[in-house]
Amino acid sequence: MNLLDLVIALPALGFVLALLMPRTQENAIKMLALGVSLATFVLSLGLVNGFQSGQTGQQFVTDNIWIASPEIHWHVGIDGLSLWLVILSTFLTPIAILLSWKAIHDRAKEFFAFVLLLEFGLVGVFAAWDLFLFYVFWEVVLVPMYFLIGIWGHDRRIYAAVKFFLYTMAGSVLMLAGIIFIYLRVGTFDYVQILAAISSGHAMLTHTEETLLFLAFFLAFAIKVPLFPLHTWLPDAHVEAPTAGSVMLASVMLKMGTYGLVRFCLPMFPTAARENASWIVALAIIGIVYGGLVALVQPNMKKLVAYSSVSHLGFVVLGIFSFTQIGLDGAVYQMLNHGISTGALFLLVGFLYERRHSLAIADFGGVATVAPWLSIMFLVTTLASIGLPTLNNFVGEFMVLQGSAQANFSWTVFASLGVIISACYMLWMYQRVFFGETNEEVKHHVPDLSLREWACVIPLVVMMVWMGMYSQSFLPVVSEANAKILDQSKMNVPLRVAAPRMTEHAPPDLSRPPVTAAAAGGRADAR
Amino acid sequence: MPASFAPSAADLLRYAPETVLTVAGTLLMVLDPLFAKKSPKLFGHLSIAAFLVAIVAAFQANGAQGLAFSNLLIVDGFATYFRVLVLIIGIVTVLLSYRYLDREQAETGEYHALLLFSVSGQCLMVASNDLMMVFIGLEISSIATYILAGYLRDDKRNNEAALKYFLLGSFATAFMLYGVALIYGATGTTKLDEIRAALLTRGADAWFPMVGIAAALMFVGLAFKVSAAPFQVWAPDVYQGAPAPVSVFMATAPKAAAFAIFLRIFTTAFNQIAGGWEPLVWISALLSMTIGNFAALTQTNLKRMLAYSSIAHAGYVLVALASHSDDGTAGAMFYLAAYALMNLGAFAVVIHISGKGEKHVRIEDLAGLARRQPVTAALLTVFLLSLIGVPLTGGFFGKFYIFRAALQSNLVWLAVLGLLNSAVAAYYYLRLLVVMYMHEPGDVVENLEPLTPGLRAALILPAIGIFYLGVAPGAVLSFAKLSSSFVR
Repeated sequence: MNLLDLVIALPALGFVLALLMPRTQENAIKMLALGVSLATFVLSLGLVNGFQSGQTGQQFVTDNIWIASPEIHWHVGIDGLSLWLVILSTFLTPIAILLSWKAIHDRAKEFFAFVLLLEFGLVGVFAAWDLFLFYVFWEVVLVPMYFLIGIWGHDRRIYAAVKFFLYTMAGSVLMLAGIIFIYLRVGTFDYVQILAAISSGHAMLTHTEETLLFLAFFLAFAIKVPLFPLHTWLPDAHVEAPTAGSVMLASVMLKMGTYGLVRFCLPMFPTAARENASWIVALAIIGIVYGGLVALVQPNMKKLVAYSSVSHLGFVVLGIFSFTQIGLDGAVYQMLNHGISTGALFLLVGFLYERRHSLAIADFGGVATVAPWLSIMFLVTTLASIGLPTLNNFVGEFMVLQGSAQANFSWTVFASLGVIISACYMLWMYQRVFFGETNEEVKHHVPDLSLREWACVIPLVVMMVWMGMYSQSFLPVVSEANAKILDQSKMNVPLRVAAPRMTEHAPPDLSRPPVTAAAAGGRADAR
Repeated sequence: MPASFAPSAADLLRYAPETVLTVAGTLLMVLDPLFAKKSPKLFGHLSIAAFLVAIVAAFQANGAQGLAFSNLLIVDGFATYFRVLVLIIGIVTVLLSYRYLDREQAETGEYHALLLFSVSGQCLMVASNDLMMVFIGLEISSIATYILAGYLRDDKRNNEAALKYFLLGSFATAFMLYGVALIYGATGTTKLDEIRAALLTRGADAWFPMVGIAAALMFVGLAFKVSAAPFQVWAPDVYQGAPAPVSVFMATAPKAAAFAIFLRIFTTAFNQIAGGWEPLVWISALLSMTIGNFAALTQTNLKRMLAYSSIAHAGYVLVALASHSDDGTAGAMFYLAAYALMNLGAFAVVIHISGKGEKHVRIEDLAGLARRQPVTAALLTVFLLSLIGVPLTGGFFGKFYIFRAALQSNLVWLAVLGLLNSAVAAYYYLRLLVVMYMHEPGDVVENLEPLTPGLRAALILPAIGIFYLGVAPGAVLSFAKLSSSFVR
């Protein structure tokens, strides 16, 4: 059992312990949940510490047989792509617990237990290297989130929770069919072996099979991202969820979709991914602009932030399907940025809600005069979200736009509109909520940040500045992992008669050295 | 061979579970007048003991695998698997019945005796190697179940259920018998291995179209017993009308036994004419899943909803049969175990909340259960998640193995449609979760009695089983896999 196993297992243990506690001990349960999640976070920092840069492939690997027939492994490990997503999950969970401290009284035991179960699933999704295990974690995440929205949400919570569950379930059953199909073709669920079999040509998929499998996986991920036009569950889920639910949903769960695209869709189905890139990019750009425009007219703060997520994740998908190193790096970086800054936005909106019991922009005004610190923190987050240089989102958006420009300049032109629109809706909301005349309700009910709230906000703001000022702390390992994924996603292009049109769009060859001698040999033979 | 009127010791051992149950059932009828007033629970305790002894006997019999009674019976891993399964179902049914019978002030002696007889019929069925034995087992099982369905004879819904079940069931049995007769006419035997050999040596075309018609008629009879579409119409009415413990018993034990014999007949005797029956099963599987799931969406009565859901689940098992492979058979075996456990658990909650005369069986009656009895609600959640097919539950692995088998046999469309069906099904199971967790407690839940020990056991045991099948399915699956390859 290595450190990574521990990071996965600890939240599960916390979940069981929390369930065993008597429900009257509300404070003890909260302390337990906070303690477990903080311990998990500290342990996960050990992953960063022990992570060997320069090694491609996974680290902290455990590979044990879970079920003998069909052979299913407990195969977990992390590479540069999953490292930061695991950290993002463990980083945000204690914050989500802390921010619910006062807000959740009703059935507190279940609430905190579910948050821990959610963490277990999320870390597992990013660490799994066995397709079956990945699917298991993918579904495990669904259950606690369903309850978090459905029990502790706002008025239309039931509708939102059921919609959320069914959308995701519909996508994932097709992915399950795809996973089983690949298993039958390759004879294993082990992702490393599957990739080796596919790239070496041992498991040739016909063009139709590859396209259909790509679509099966893509649909599951695109629903989760969510990509326009599959995004309709998101505003409902976000608006109705309790603050902690919104934070976890926006910051980490949506990344499951984009992570899946990078991790599975590109390397396993390189040809199909490239052939279908054009319409996917078109949808991503529509999402960027559409999400922004819809956000502009929202009267509800949470809904506004939710639509801004649709827009931001459009950037991520654009970066992924630009098939350029810098675009992909930017996409991954943008996943983390969005996790931090949108998480912070939901958190701050949640604070406002706790004070005023309303999410309507019109119910606020002049908050800056009564709660200056809250306003400043909100301002920093707003500026980060619209991509102000020196704050985190700028780096990611810039890289994505640069990558898309390398692939096709017209994409960049349209996507840039999204940056402008985001400035409009965010600043306009900020102006209406924090400036102007202070109304009576606000004057009496909106105190400034409490100590506990400071503790939630500060880590996020620090990360925004850090990630904006010194992206080199994070990007090198991401780049290494992405380089390998890009290489794998090219692998089959010379083997098959790819559509010639696509090679025009293909990015300039970054002439990276081949990953392994075996893979290079395989390619040379094929030529 | 010299005629011998005394069966050999090995034969008796192979027949031991049925003997135990029959003797115990008879004993209960004798004891009934003596103890019915004094200690009504005694009969339940005795039947649990009988089931436990029978389980031991089944394992002992498994140690002496082989044919028995002039090849009428066959004891193999497959038979043992299903014997143990129906015996476990019997135990849980007794556990759920304590409170129910007490509440309805029903007599307990006959009830448990009938239960024992019914299970003994099912044990016989799954171990038959002869169509006549199948028929006898089926009748022992069915007749006892007909009576159980109308057990509370003053209740008019019970009467309706029993009558419907009896009339349609006899009709289906007649179809089945007709098929047996035609097979006998064609091949001159009713033994499964001999039919198989005859079809193998002379080819099915030699008796065209007689064998085909026979197989189709037996398909109808068995499809009725497993409530597969288009012969499912009786199931919702009967499950809704029968006493709740009997409903769940009918939905699990006779169904498991009927599926067992379905698998055995069609993969042994009719293996040669698979090309003929596979499309039938394919269509029936798709219809069952679709009709079951879509009809369940609109139900307001819990028992009726679970009845439709059981039709859908029969469809999933038929997918395994349609894939016609060892993996498919093993998948079906695994799924039937998981299905039985989750259904028993779900019905245990229904029995818990329904109250005297089953007044409270609407979905809304569960409102707020999580607030007043969080443990009960959590256990029902486990069963529902398993019915949906969420990972780490037995239901998920069952579905997984079945659809894997289907894809392996290139039934891509059936697998995709089946998986999409299970997404549809999520909706109506989620409704129960919504009502339990997200609504405020209603009158029913506010006045709910605490769980009685019997019901508690009937909830916890299946939940443990479901987690066992969901987290460590290896042992059960490898046993199923091993025995499935010997069925042929």
